[in-house]
Amino acid sequence: MHEMGIAMQIVEIAIASIPADLVNARIDRVNLKVGKLAAVVPESLRFCFQIAAQDTPLCDAALHIEEIPVVARCNHCNVEWTISEPVFRCRQCNGGSVEVISGRELDIISIEVVDEDTTDAD
Amino acid sequence: MLIDMYKTQRYYHHKDFRKPSHFHADKSVVTEGKKRGAREIKIVRRVLDVNDAMAQQNREMFAEKGVFVVNVMSSPGSGKTAILVKTLSHITLKIRCAVIVGDICTSNDADRLAGFGAPVVQINTDAFGGDCHLAAHVIKTAVNNFNLDEIDLLIIENLGNLVCPAEFDMGENLRIVVLSVTEGEDKSLKYPLMFRVCDAALLNKIDLLPYLDYDRKTAVRNILQVNPGMPVFEISAKTEEGFNSWIEWLMQKIHK
Repeated sequence: MHEMGIAMQIVEIAIASIPADLVNARIDRVNLKVGKLAAVVPESLRFCFQIAAQDTPLCDAALHIEEIPVVARCNHCNVEWTISEPVFRCRQCNGGSVEVISGRELDIISIEVVDEDTTDAD
Repeated sequence: MLIDMYKTQRYYHHKDFRKPSHFHADKSVVTEGKKRGAREIKIVRRVLDVNDAMAQQNREMFAEKGVFVVNVMSSPGSGKTAILVKTLSHITLKIRCAVIVGDICTSNDADRLAGFGAPVVQINTDAFGGDCHLAAHVIKTAVNNFNLDEIDLLIIENLGNLVCPAEFDMGENLRIVVLSVTEGEDKSLKYPLMFRVCDAALLNKIDLLPYLDYDRKTAVRNILQVNPGMPVFEISAKTEEGFNSWIEWLMQKIHK
């Protein structure tokens, strides 16, 4: 439901990450990691991103979203497993002290930049 | 490198959720481009790290002022405001409280919460369908309405929404999720993140149980599947049944 705010943050971070030496840079692609437990719907985020990216160096950028499964680890027996249903009990010892080690990501990993001037020179 | 970074991000787990992120963008690393003319620039940053950083500032400010902060979240209509009205009536004689209440529009909730000796600030995110959650910067601004030196407990009533507020740290010490027996028994299974990040659940409106087919045992079992060990208080904001144990637990947390 808050995908627009997130899309705007992504645009802001991406623009701030363009190296200063690229004067005429265009961002071609934004690589994201989104955990399955994050409160984000990828399709909705893509839609919002298109709007948030308008009139910015990201206007033609593709949003590449790698969805990260929810992986938990038992604090008692250290077993790790991928959670597909919302049950956070150890599948081995049934213990309840379970740590979520991935699945909450909402991370911008990298951007792929094309410098129009450099490309022309090639 | 990336794997190590994720290992340090243990604050994803609800118990560690409040720890600050020691997580810095390295904007200077430029790797080989994926296609002709393109180069990949590593960023590796939480998209919401602006919020996380501000939440940490809030947390430090609250700690310095000795203010304990509780974030109350739920779906719309589960009875957050009614619970807070009754909670305030129990505790305002013992400790100095203040309330920040968030809604998309209207000041109805603030009006209901006024008159208990606790200052109330209403936040409207937008009059026609605005933000679906409160975030750290909103709280930072809202607390300017209070003298924090005169407050022991700040209660934040979040917007009715079981999805987005779970993602936004505001610098609180305690998170409470409210659900009611007029909703499904499977709320926790449908919104696992909310039930993972919260410290306790209040199952409200139990005075209605004789008129419903609601299975409270199933509801509690479902909550404990998502967050084993989570305290669940079965209460009625109307009759105040169950309030003694809820208030006692809350006061223990505040004085810890």
